[in-house]
Amino acid sequence: MIAVWVKIDEGRVVQALQEAGEKLDNVEGEAALDFSSVRRIDPVALSALEVFVDIADDKGVKVLLRGVNVGVYKVLKLVKLASRFSFVS
Amino acid sequence: MATSEVVQERIQISLAAGSLSEERIAYLERLVSQARSAAAVFTQFTQEDVDRIVKAMALAGLDQAQHLARLAVEETKLGVMEDKVIKNMVATEFVYNYIKDKRTVGVIREFPERNLVEVAEPIGVIFSITPITNPTSTVLFKCIMAIKTRNAVIFSPHPNAWRCCSEAVKIMYETALKHGAPEGVFACLESHTLLDNAYLMRHKDVGLIDATGGPGAVKAAYSSGKPALGVGPGNTPVYLEKTADVNTAVTDIILSKTFDNGTICASEQTAVIDDEIYDFVLKEFAELGAHICNEKETRLLARTVIDPETGFMQPMAVGQKAADIARLAGLSVKPGTKLLIAPIHGVGREHPLSVEKLFPVLAVYRAKSVDEALRVCVDVNHAGGLGHTAVIFSRDDEVIRRFGELMNAGRILVNSPGSVGAVGGVYNDLAPTFSFGCGTGGGNSTTDNVNIYHYLNIKRVARRTQAHMWFRVPNQIYFNLNAVENVRQFPSLSTIIITNPALEKFGHVDIVRRYIPEGTHVHVSVIPDAEPEIKVVMQGVEALNFYKADQIIALGGGSVIDASKIMKLKYESPDADLEELAAPFLDLRKRVVQYPTEKTNRARLIAISTTSGTGSEVTPFAVLTDKARGRKVTLADYSLTPDVAIVDPQFVMSMPKGLTADTGIDCLTHALEAAVSSYASAYTDCNAMQAIRMAFKYLPIAYENPRDEEARLMMHNAACIAAMAFANASVGVNHALAHAFGARFGVAHGRANALMLPHVIAYNASVPTKFLPSPYQKGYIAHKKYATIADLLGLGGHTIDEKVKNLVVATEQLLDQLAFPRSIAELGISKEEFERVMPELTKLAFDDPSWRSNPRMPLMSELAELFWKAYHGRGPAKVAGANEQRTSLQQSA
Repeated sequence: MIAVWVKIDEGRVVQALQEAGEKLDNVEGEAALDFSSVRRIDPVALSALEVFVDIADDKGVKVLLRGVNVGVYKVLKLVKLASRFSFVS
Repeated sequence: MATSEVVQERIQISLAAGSLSEERIAYLERLVSQARSAAAVFTQFTQEDVDRIVKAMALAGLDQAQHLARLAVEETKLGVMEDKVIKNMVATEFVYNYIKDKRTVGVIREFPERNLVEVAEPIGVIFSITPITNPTSTVLFKCIMAIKTRNAVIFSPHPNAWRCCSEAVKIMYETALKHGAPEGVFACLESHTLLDNAYLMRHKDVGLIDATGGPGAVKAAYSSGKPALGVGPGNTPVYLEKTADVNTAVTDIILSKTFDNGTICASEQTAVIDDEIYDFVLKEFAELGAHICNEKETRLLARTVIDPETGFMQPMAVGQKAADIARLAGLSVKPGTKLLIAPIHGVGREHPLSVEKLFPVLAVYRAKSVDEALRVCVDVNHAGGLGHTAVIFSRDDEVIRRFGELMNAGRILVNSPGSVGAVGGVYNDLAPTFSFGCGTGGGNSTTDNVNIYHYLNIKRVARRTQAHMWFRVPNQIYFNLNAVENVRQFPSLSTIIITNPALEKFGHVDIVRRYIPEGTHVHVSVIPDAEPEIKVVMQGVEALNFYKADQIIALGGGSVIDASKIMKLKYESPDADLEELAAPFLDLRKRVVQYPTEKTNRARLIAISTTSGTGSEVTPFAVLTDKARGRKVTLADYSLTPDVAIVDPQFVMSMPKGLTADTGIDCLTHALEAAVSSYASAYTDCNAMQAIRMAFKYLPIAYENPRDEEARLMMHNAACIAAMAFANASVGVNHALAHAFGARFGVAHGRANALMLPHVIAYNASVPTKFLPSPYQKGYIAHKKYATIADLLGLGGHTIDEKVKNLVVATEQLLDQLAFPRSIAELGISKEEFERVMPELTKLAFDDPSWRSNPRMPLMSELAELFWKAYHGRGPAKVAGANEQRTSLQQSA
């Protein structure tokens, strides 16, 4: 069951992830982040994503990434973050 | 070196004791993590993105060149500020100029003619050690290379050059960030320790170590177990050969040796000068500001600048001015002296100044000859300079060539200065660099000037190539009744007819003679009707030489024509080594042994076949029997193909029934194997298919009614057409089995083929246990081709399996009709004997090159299974309905 659904805009990835993180309290099921409008990810956004998934893990919430382009996916693989998410097209 | 190695050992020991504090480890981990993220993010950047950043960095480096040079000299107390400015400018402007148009993102090079594309993959995190001698220029250079290749770098500068290097990193980093590079792309270790280096060198997320510095750092990098570019010290010999332009040489050497006070490790260390010009060269040096030391001064200098214990240069002399060094050594020199020149009489520990000296002291050696000079250069090269740099001034190309061959150096510079020349891009077209690869001689992984390509994983996308194929047959093929008349159109002064006794007796030789132009000397050489022996071939060659033949007419079956091919080969190329030419090969065009192309004699070979099976008149094969060694030698090369083939049925009208059947099945086997061969092409398929149709239709008629002219003509043509197919597509496992079995039990080739044929069709049509690599075919299609053949023969069937089965049955029926024994057992060979020889048979069959083009690769066990199937033959039920199908077959064909 998807409890949190957040559309991530490329211009405000960090803020969007922070807001999504705040929604994880008292949530059960999955959190879905829609990355379909994110062409590139930068190191700050990458850190924010790592923080988000750390919080989700602590709360037992699975994180699902939707619409991640293959370039961003490769970045997540290179920093060994990919295995912490589920991916849907 | 010894000191550095001791330090490295201490590092290892300290690491083992876990000397790094938790805080320090956390700091280093943070650096790596940031660099890893930056490198990962960097993979999303385009070529345009990185080129924009690189340009900005180059401009920033140029802008700050003087500032950084001043910092470097102030901090390191080495070198010359003005020269360091030049170095910083080369590291930015020249490097930028070299890389600006080069692709480093995505597809970087394309080789359409090879179907290859090279694609760049960044390394990720690079850990970079930079030296004290070229501190800021090395940092600028490496930063620009890293951005161009989308890598992140953690720098570890020499402790005594940390301030200037960290400033250089800062300038590069801020510029890169401003123009869009990812955060964390560069970092410089703070309050650096050697323990940090050891930790980072072994870090799992560091992809490459780029160590420019002393041998200790380089060795540690290579010992870390990580991919490393370790670039270490040199000891550059410079040879002034007697033809050299002395003024240019002396100027260049002074320029090079004094550039940044000699801190570039590629600078000249010992000049070896030919006796003829030695005095003149030294005079020129003196005139241009060098001080020539006498014996006593040389001793004083050596004691001052070389550590007597280690034999290496004293660090306090590195990068100092000549005048300061002279003062330290107690020498009296003119003000403004640029260079100290110290004559030496050998190389090694007894001659302390023969080692690397990164300061303006140059050893000189007077050589009495070119050989002596080259020997001393080799000595210098081997005294700590392996793989690095060597310089020669000469106008003699031969001496330059010898020097290039003798020196083990990544850079061998001709008529140009060592230091600035080795850097590249100024005096030559070498890649501009501040890291000189020294190859294995220097314990390095490359001899290159380290450049952007060493900061990339270069992936090669190799598309399947369309293998070049061929269709080669004699230039001229004449066929149909009385085709032999065409012999008359070939002028000749001396013709030898090679034939066998029976053909001479039947009057066939006379028929041929009739058409040889008048005035031609004709000699007939009769050879035994058996596979040719070496002795027979050599007798034939003697005759060709005796009669100075310019034409050979081979009149006979496969044995005669094969013998004639080899006679021609040995006649035209007497040195051809048949043993060597018979060496095994996998691909005819890639074979190790090449057939001779230079010929001492030339003779046209006209092949007139008198059997309808082997097709030797159009093939590039010849089989020779080596009785002395009890074996057959198969020669294969298109140069053996006869020049002219004559396919005239009048010579086969008298073939006995048994020979008609044997040779006819040989023809059919050639065609069936060529059709499914992995070398098959549209060019061979059309021949193979036509030959199969003709054989199925006309072989039974020729067998039953030997005087049927049409059947004889068609079978004679079919044999030639099938041979054109297998001459280019080769045969298959049927021939491998038949060769082994026929040789072991003395069974005629066609008969041996017949025993295997139905089983091989079924075998090839089933899914292979192993596929045979072949660039000539796409996919496994043998079963479909058999089905096509079945369709062509009108055998019926709805599925591929049914069609293949029908083809097997039709083949068996044909064999029945030709009264072939249908099992090896029928030949009177006991099961026990066959079992006993089975290991030898399978080995022989596997060694036979025929199967190399078979559609499925036979396993030894499968060869044995096929032999056993042939031994037992088919079950009796399978012959049912044979006659009916035969009739239908002949009608449709």
